[in-house]
Amino acid sequence: MSTEPLLETVRLSKAFGGVQALLNVSFAIMPGELLGVIGPNGSGKTTLVNLITRFVKPTSGKVLYKGSPIHHLPPHQIVRLGIARTFQMVRPFYQLPAFKNMIIPLYSPRAKGLVGGRYGDRDAMALDLLEEVGFERDSFVAYKPAGALPQGYLKRLELAKAIALQPDLVILDELFSGLSLAEVASIVPIIEKMRIQGKTIIMIEHRLRELFRIADRVIVMNYGSKIADGPPDAVMEDDAVKCAYLGSETDSGD
Amino acid sequence: MLTGTILYAIINSAILALTAIGFNLTFGISGVANFAYGAFYVMAAYGVWMLIHMAHLPYPLAVLISISLTTLAGALMYRFVIIRIKGQTLSEVIATFGIGLSVLELFRYFGFVGFEYTLPVFVDKSFLIGDAYVDAQRLLIVAFAVVLIIALWLFTHYTHLGLAFRGIAQDERTSLTFGMDPDRIARMAVSFGAGLAAIAATVIVPLGSISPEEGYDVLIKALAVCIIGGLGSSGGVIIASVVIGFAERFTDSYIGSHWTMIVSLAALLLVLVIKPSGIFGKQKELEERI
Amino acid sequence: MKTRKERIDRGIKARSQDIFVLCSWREMLYLAGPRLLPVVVCLALPLVLSVYWQKVLISVAVFALLAISWDILSQSGMISLGQALFFGTGAYCAGIMNHYWGFSPLITLPLAALFGGLISTVLLLPVLRLRGVYFSMVTLIIPLMLVRVIEATKIFGGTEGLSGMDPLPSAGFEVYLIVIVFLAVLFGFRRLMDSDYGLVLKGISDNDRSVINAGINIYWFKAQALFIAASIGAFAGAFMTHVYMFVGMPVFALDYSILPIAAAVVGGPGTLAGAAMGAFILVPLSELLRGIGGLRIVFYGVFLVVCIVALPEGVFHYMERKYHQFERWVEVEK
Repeated sequence: MSTEPLLETVRLSKAFGGVQALLNVSFAIMPGELLGVIGPNGSGKTTLVNLITRFVKPTSGKVLYKGSPIHHLPPHQIVRLGIARTFQMVRPFYQLPAFKNMIIPLYSPRAKGLVGGRYGDRDAMALDLLEEVGFERDSFVAYKPAGALPQGYLKRLELAKAIALQPDLVILDELFSGLSLAEVASIVPIIEKMRIQGKTIIMIEHRLRELFRIADRVIVMNYGSKIADGPPDAVMEDDAVKCAYLGSETDSGD
Repeated sequence: MLTGTILYAIINSAILALTAIGFNLTFGISGVANFAYGAFYVMAAYGVWMLIHMAHLPYPLAVLISISLTTLAGALMYRFVIIRIKGQTLSEVIATFGIGLSVLELFRYFGFVGFEYTLPVFVDKSFLIGDAYVDAQRLLIVAFAVVLIIALWLFTHYTHLGLAFRGIAQDERTSLTFGMDPDRIARMAVSFGAGLAAIAATVIVPLGSISPEEGYDVLIKALAVCIIGGLGSSGGVIIASVVIGFAERFTDSYIGSHWTMIVSLAALLLVLVIKPSGIFGKQKELEERI
Repeated sequence: MKTRKERIDRGIKARSQDIFVLCSWREMLYLAGPRLLPVVVCLALPLVLSVYWQKVLISVAVFALLAISWDILSQSGMISLGQALFFGTGAYCAGIMNHYWGFSPLITLPLAALFGGLISTVLLLPVLRLRGVYFSMVTLIIPLMLVRVIEATKIFGGTEGLSGMDPLPSAGFEVYLIVIVFLAVLFGFRRLMDSDYGLVLKGISDNDRSVINAGINIYWFKAQALFIAASIGAFAGAFMTHVYMFVGMPVFALDYSILPIAAAVVGGPGTLAGAAMGAFILVPLSELLRGIGGLRIVFYGVFLVVCIVALPEGVFHYMERKYHQFERWVEVEK
C-alpha cells in the first residue's frame, strides 16, 4: 500500500446563508481503506459527501484526489475520475424495469471507456451486475419495474449503479438506513467483495454496530466539525465522542 | 435632454415593475408560472372599458369592480384548472398558456381592436420638470409603483397572511406541519397575482390603447424582468426594472428607438450567460440550477 | 355488488413478442400492421388527393415535424413554448441563402436545417443550466422579441419580408419530399428515443441528479437534444419558405408554437407517434374550421386546456391500449 492518500480534504468549509454546515474539515483516506463517517443528525455528513462530489460548491478549502485538486471540477467530471456515490434517498426511474435503470451509468463515458458495450450488450451487462448485488437471476426480479421493488432491492440497485461506473472510490451515503437486520447482513458481503477487488470505500452510517464490524477507521462529526478520527474502538473511548454521540445513541437508529 | 431621459427612464422602470410584480408574486409563493398573466392584464382593462361604456358606471367604481372580478378570475382559474395539475410543470405551463391565449384571441375575435379602446386618465394635467413635459398620469404611475411595493413589503413582513405566504414560499413541507394549507395560499397567490395585473392595467393603460397585442407584450416584459431579476425575488424585480427601464430609455434617446428591443434581448441573454438564476436569484440557486 | 374494469394483454400480443413473432404471418402482421399502415397511407395519399388537399397534407406534415420536435424536447425535460423560433430561424436561413446568395432549394434545405438548428441552440444554450419553467419562458420570449428586432431594424426585408424565392422542382416533388422526411424523422427518432441514448435523455427529465451522478454531462446531452429538435423545426421552416416562395415576420407567429403543442398533447406526449397523430387530427380539422377565422386559436387554446386537464393520456396511448389489451368488467366482492 502506498503512502499517498487517495482522497484528501483540506480545511473544507461550507456555509448555507448564515448556517455553517461544515467548518474546516480535513481528513485523508488511503487506497484500499474502508472509512466510516458517523455523527448525529445534522452534523454535516451528507454535506461532506456533496462537497467531495461537487453537488454543492465549497465556501473554502480544497479536495485533493490522487494528489490533484478536484474541487473546481463539475460533478460529472469527478465521477469520471473514479468517484462514485450512492444517495441516501433512492430515487430510481420508477416505471423502468430495474435492469434498465442500470443503462444510464453503463452509458457514461467512464463505463464505456473501461468495459465498452453497444446498444443491446448493456442489457446483459446490467443483468450481470445486478446478479452480483443479489438480484437472483432465477426469480426475474431484475425485470420488475423499479417502483415495485422493496427498499432492500432499491438500495442494492443504487449500489449496482455505483459499481457499474468501475470506480476507485465509492461513497455510500447511509446505505443501511431503512433496512432490516437480515437485509443489512445480505449487503455486507457485497461490500466486503468490493474491498477484495481493491476499491476504497467511505461509508456514512447511523448503524454503528454493523459499520464497526467492517470499518478500518472512523471519523466522527459534530456540528460541522471533525471531532475524532481513528480505529473504531479507540474512537468510541474518546470523551468528546461519548458526549456528542453516545449520549443519544438510543434515538439515533432512524 | 438628460433630465427628460432620466425622468422617462424612471417612469419606464415603474411601469415595468408594476407589470412584473404580480407574476413574480404568484411564482415566488406558489411556484406556478402564470402564462395567462397578460390575459388578466388585458381582461381587466377591457373590463373597465366595458363597465364604463356599456354599463355606464362611473370611472372609479368601474375600476374597483374590474379589479375584483379579475382577482376572482384568478382564483377560479386556480380552483378549476391549476389545482388538478399542480406540481406537473408541463401541464401547468401548457394549461395557463392555453387559457391566456384563448382569452386574448377571443377579445381579438370580438373585434376589441382600435383606437377607441382607451381608458381615461385619472388627472388630466401636465407639468414641466426641468426641460421635459410630464403628464400627471405618468407621475401617478411612479408614485403608485412605489406605494404598491412598500405596501407589499409591509404586507409580507407584518401580517399573518403575508408571513404565511413567505413561509410557504420558503418551504412548503415545513409549513404543512405548522397547519398551513398550501392549496389555499397558492390559490390566493394566483388570484393576488391576477389582481396586481389588473391594478397595473388600470394605471398604465390610460397612457395608450387596449389591444390583445398588449397582453403578449405585458407577458414578455414581465417574464424578461423576472428572469433578469431572479424568479420569485422582489428585490430582483425592482433592480431588473430599473436596469431595463434605464437601458431602454437611454438607447431610445441616444441611439435610436428601434434598438430598444435589441437591448432588452441582449440584457436577457447576457444575464442568462453570466448569472443564469438572475441578479437576485441566489437563495433558490440550489434548486433551480443543476 | 361492485365491479371493476380489468385489462388483460391480448394473446396475440404475448405470442408476438421477441423471436416468437416469426411463428406465423398473423403475428408478424400484428406487429408490422400499425407501422406499415401510416407509411402506406402517407405515400398513397398524394396520388388520390386534390391539389387543395395536397397543400393541406403538406401543412399536416410540417406541423407533425414541429410537434415531433416539441415532443423530443419535452421528453428531455425541456418544455418549449416557442417552436416558432426553430421554424422561423430555419425559414430565414433558407430565405437568406436563396435570396442573397442564390443557392438552389436543394442546397438551402439541408443547410438551413443545420444552421437554423445551430443558431437556435446557441441562443438557448444559457438556459440549459436552469431547471423548470425557465426554458418555457425564454423560448416564449425570444421569437416574439426577434419579430420586434426585425421590424425595427428592417433587416432581411423588415416588415415586407423577402419574396421571390425559387420554388421546389415540382408539386409532386414537394409533397413527396416532406412526406418522406416526415416518415424518416418519425421512425428514426422513435428508434433513437428507444435506444440507450434516448433513455439517458429521458433520465435527465426524470431525475437529473442521478444522471449527473453517472458521470454524464447533462448540458452536453441537453444541447444535443435541443440541436436535434431545433434542426427538425428549422427544416420545416426552410421547406415552407420554398413552398410559399416568401419569408417574413409571420414565420415567428404564435401559430407555429401553439399548434405543435396542441398536436402533441392531443395525440399523447412521449411517443412521437402521438405528436404526429395529433397533427393529422388537428390540421385538417382547422382547415375545415377555416370559416371561423380568428376563433381557431381560441379553439386550440381551449382544446389544449381541456386535453391537458381531463385527458392527459392522449389519443395514441388510448389506441395503443385498445390494440394490445382487451377489457372486461369483473365482479368484486363487497
